[in-house]
Amino acid sequence: MLYTLKIHHFLSASPTKKQIVWVKFFVFLLSLVPLIRLFWLGLQDDLTANPVEFLERSTGYWTLFILLSTLSLTPVRLMTGRVWQLQLRRMLGLFMFFYACLHITAYMWLDFSFDWTAITKDIVKHKYVLVGFAAFVLTVPLAITSNKFMLKRLRERWKKLHQLVYFIAILGVLHFWWLVKKDIREPLLYAVILFFLLGIRIYFKYSKQLNKVDC
Amino acid sequence: MIIQTKSDIAPSEITPKEVFENRREFIQKAGFGLLATAISLPLHAATLRSGAENSDKSLGIANTKSAATSSAFNLHQKISGYSKTTYGTGEKLTPYDDVTTYNNYYEFGTSKSEPAINAKLFKPHPWTISIEGEVKKNKTISIEDIYKLAPLEERIYRMRCVEGWSMVIPWVGLPLAQLIKWAEPNANAKYIEFISMADSQQMTGVNLPVLDWPYVEGLRMDEAMNPLTILAVGLYGEQLPNQNGAPIRLVVPWKYGFKGAKAIVKIRFTEKMPLTTWMKAGPNEYGFYANVNPQVDHPRWTQSSEKRIGAGLFAGRIKTQMFNGYAEQVGQMYAGLDLRKNF
Repeated sequence: MLYTLKIHHFLSASPTKKQIVWVKFFVFLLSLVPLIRLFWLGLQDDLTANPVEFLERSTGYWTLFILLSTLSLTPVRLMTGRVWQLQLRRMLGLFMFFYACLHITAYMWLDFSFDWTAITKDIVKHKYVLVGFAAFVLTVPLAITSNKFMLKRLRERWKKLHQLVYFIAILGVLHFWWLVKKDIREPLLYAVILFFLLGIRIYFKYSKQLNKVDC
Repeated sequence: MIIQTKSDIAPSEITPKEVFENRREFIQKAGFGLLATAISLPLHAATLRSGAENSDKSLGIANTKSAATSSAFNLHQKISGYSKTTYGTGEKLTPYDDVTTYNNYYEFGTSKSEPAINAKLFKPHPWTISIEGEVKKNKTISIEDIYKLAPLEERIYRMRCVEGWSMVIPWVGLPLAQLIKWAEPNANAKYIEFISMADSQQMTGVNLPVLDWPYVEGLRMDEAMNPLTILAVGLYGEQLPNQNGAPIRLVVPWKYGFKGAKAIVKIRFTEKMPLTTWMKAGPNEYGFYANVNPQVDHPRWTQSSEKRIGAGLFAGRIKTQMFNGYAEQVGQMYAGLDLRKNF
């Protein structure tokens, strides 16, 4: 009984500043694991028969995964009232951008050898590439304005600008969905998760407004 | 990871083109060649495998792990007695491990790596193909009898996948025309339909409704009779590994890879154009002809260039050739046909 109480206390209490530094450090290391894994596999010549495709896919998965992780922090606040995890948002967002950069570098360099004519054609002609590229372009301003200086400078506009992340996430899932040929199970999973992450936000916003009217 | 074909095929082993094209003479020669290859085969296969290992070492990478896994997956049954041909001389072969671990074979899973694992327990023997439709009479033929239908040949073909990658594979097989002759189609036969095995017990992917099983492919009669079209029973001098379509599959080198129906159990001659599996799955993406054509783009993938499997991380793309480089042999079949409409 005492034990469960303690666990409950641990989960609901917000960590101290020192603890948050450790959590951040841990999440930082965790976010590097996918990259380290790719280097590890590369060194062993174990990147499958089509290493370029493998790198593109892997960095793509992790971009989406981290993006969805970032988007899950606010629903946690809405549902539990806890706020400390929001301090991970910037780092996770920047890691998402980092993996997106790796993804597009693999695409432009390893896949297309910086053949700009071919790349332009590929982007314009194929809708899955187009939405993916659009999503990447939209992440750039978010990454640039992710620092405290820009946050202070832009103030209200910063919040508006960073709401782009919802649109980016939708484009990212579409990018994956339109890429797969027939077996949509995996992109469907991402779509369902995104649906819930956005749905929770909408639900809370809507119910709050209702409450206001009631009051 | 690169095997030099030149070192594998001695100039004396290559059948001259004139001889090859003269069928009657060719068959006589092949009978003779059969003896010769039967003797030299074990030696040849040995050099082939060690050649692959050597090239791996030269890259400073010991490929012992993948060699071990692939031998666990496959029985490596040697095919005795097949003749070499001039097809694909000068092409660098895609390493055996890549050919056998990177497969589109949805019956065994939708990822490229799954078939090599999920097809391990598949039993390709005993096997018969039933011949139906517009034929003199329905009949069946066993895989053993197919082996005896015509002298087996090695054909080194480029294989271009619609997804934008390609390989160079040394198939062992026989011209489809030989089986067609044996099947005796009647005058109504305008098309030929290939139906693959769909055994949910042995093929885990069949339980998923990703495609309309069984897998169906088809060819126009003249395409089927083209000397380039083969029924492959092996690759790299060995019986087809399960994940590559054992025991028998279609290879049509000027068409996208999905035309190559695997594990064929039924061949039907028809008057009307067959509705193939991928045509049903995506009519705006996959046509009946599916000829490799760098000028006709696909809604998803760039078709003007391709990635050669096994070329390495930094190799870039190579230009895709019209009819995958076989325009000389097949181009005339499509004269007057709008390839943009008939993609």
